[in-house]
Amino acid sequence: MSEITQHAKLPDKNGRFGQFGGRFVPETLIPALSELEEAHAEAICDAEFTAELERLLCDYAGRPTPLYRARGLEDETGGATIWLKREDLLHTGAHKINNTIGQGLLARRMAKQRVIAETGAGQHGVASATVAAMFGLDCTVYMGEEDMRRQRLNVFRMELLGARVVPVSSGSRTLKDATNEAIRDWVTNVDSTFYILGSVVGPHPYPAMVRNFQSVIGREVRAQLLEAGEAPPNLLIACVGGGSNAIGLFADWLDDDINMVGVEGAGHGIDTASHSATLSRGAIGILHGTRSYLLQDNDGQVQLPHSISAGLDYPGVGPQHSHLKETGRVTYTSVTDSQAVLALQRLSRCEGIIPALESAHAIAKLYEMAETNSIGESDRVVVCLSGRGDKDVEVVTEHLDAHPEEDLR
Amino acid sequence: MKTSDRISSAFAAGREASQPLVVPFITAGYPTATSTVPIVTALAASGADMIEIGMPFSDPLADGPTIQHASEVALRNGMTVGKTLEAVREIRASGTDAALILMGYCNPVFAYGVDAFIKDATQVGVDGLIIADMPPDEAGEFLVSCRAVGLSLTFLVAPNAPDDRIRKVDGASTHFSYCVSVTGVTGARSAIESRTIEFLQRMRKLSTKPFVVGFGIKKPEHVMTLGPHADGVVVGSAIIDAIESVGGAGAVVVDAVNAVSTLVAPLCAAARQATMTAQRREA
Repeated sequence: MSEITQHAKLPDKNGRFGQFGGRFVPETLIPALSELEEAHAEAICDAEFTAELERLLCDYAGRPTPLYRARGLEDETGGATIWLKREDLLHTGAHKINNTIGQGLLARRMAKQRVIAETGAGQHGVASATVAAMFGLDCTVYMGEEDMRRQRLNVFRMELLGARVVPVSSGSRTLKDATNEAIRDWVTNVDSTFYILGSVVGPHPYPAMVRNFQSVIGREVRAQLLEAGEAPPNLLIACVGGGSNAIGLFADWLDDDINMVGVEGAGHGIDTASHSATLSRGAIGILHGTRSYLLQDNDGQVQLPHSISAGLDYPGVGPQHSHLKETGRVTYTSVTDSQAVLALQRLSRCEGIIPALESAHAIAKLYEMAETNSIGESDRVVVCLSGRGDKDVEVVTEHLDAHPEEDLR
Repeated sequence: MKTSDRISSAFAAGREASQPLVVPFITAGYPTATSTVPIVTALAASGADMIEIGMPFSDPLADGPTIQHASEVALRNGMTVGKTLEAVREIRASGTDAALILMGYCNPVFAYGVDAFIKDATQVGVDGLIIADMPPDEAGEFLVSCRAVGLSLTFLVAPNAPDDRIRKVDGASTHFSYCVSVTGVTGARSAIESRTIEFLQRMRKLSTKPFVVGFGIKKPEHVMTLGPHADGVVVGSAIIDAIESVGGAGAVVVDAVNAVSTLVAPLCAAARQATMTAQRREA
């Protein structure tokens, strides 16, 4: 139990979760990160700040999100009790806005007139552009050229919201390179600019700060079960790219005696070169300012990940996840593109909910666990439905055209 | 000469002549897999007493587009940490006695293995290291290992740092510090800002070591303006640009060598002028 209890106290004062985390950045960012760390620490102790955060999460974003008892899914999976935490019903369609409202408030508090963000699928970019519009801040979003092609709809949404979307053509032209470019912008404009980082990655204090803003997910689950007179769950499942929705669900439960499963993108399979299963197949390294598991070659060059889900398509992972893996507190596993697409179709049919491809990875793991009898009637499971699937219909259609045998239509 | 003594004597010679060092930078493996040895040898022959050799990384987040491009080309050419060390061995075998500083990012060095890297670097004749994403707060055992073998480890000092931070970073550098001329990435700048000079003057008051200044220094007039306020000026992106102008990745090695030599000669001449300017100012 002592091992478990320690999780709530992390990171330490150096931003470490055990051997993971830290602040591996160019010197220019060190004063900015110290300033941010201080501002965040002050803000979360300021009743006025937390009251406004709560008000915006409620009135603007739509919290609390429903904890939905998924009886159709229960019928399909043979008897376990299943709740879906409906982050997909939030404004902008995913959990990302929990974090951007928090960081947007901090930007305003720190009197920064300009915000920047990186985005992969575009969900974090849209959530950042949305909050910037509401607060009247100038917003620039960096997005890989390849992702802009895959997620045209989100590019248009960001532009409608008044943000400037800057195409990134370096490297693999995806989230990793968009993050490099956002960091370069921040290094250059550090005095005027607040960097709204979208996941529990990057240099300290981002992994802790983003976790704090996302942990409303797990706290709400606890309150909602209590209010319904339900016993606590014994299993939590969430997908893991950088890992913000997973940490958001897990954080409040780390000291409880329950199981947790994080699901990474296995792409074409974790034994192929095309996956984004960082914790399952990576090695410890340093990228984007943090020490964590990383997909890299023997020379320490970062490898290109693959997932059908742009939100999981990242070669790194949050340092706290690496720590939770190392201590065995959370089990990390993966499902393939095909499993995720199948789960997306099945959930659409049995519950009338089209999940984001990211969230479909968590649903697919649930199906797999049911099929292998890893869960049964006595189990009580909460799955984080982190986002809605509208953005993914084009990608799913492409996949099904190429794999007609997986098409349930 | 013993490792890192070359650094001390380079700065000592500079001070003796009241001249800032011109420190050229070249990415290992750029423009071709075999160009590093002839380019570094030529730079030394052109009068550079200290030379930075970049170890390419897939995600160089402190670098602007020019050095990013050089890194991409170098990685396509198959350059690795091991091959960079091998190039240094060959440069030493050719008799070059300039101080050689390897510059890179944490991950490739950690992947090579910290102990093995420090041992091998020392053995092939590397004098010092600069790791762009390793502030002193994260250097810990790495710094201890460098000190143990007398390998120089230089930390970057940023212009937006408060005085106590500058003292801490400069204090952690073993032999010399590296001032980043502006908040930003490498290569980005057209004119020298007055606040850069103010920063270097502040650094001179706070620093206990020699220091160089880099990022965006491209022309003789930049060297003349900043040179009087530092012990050395680093020129990086301009070297890559010069090689790009003779074909970049497709350049013939001898053309690349001529291009960098042609660029560096007037910079060294400017460094001599810079001193005279400084002396006049002091008088």
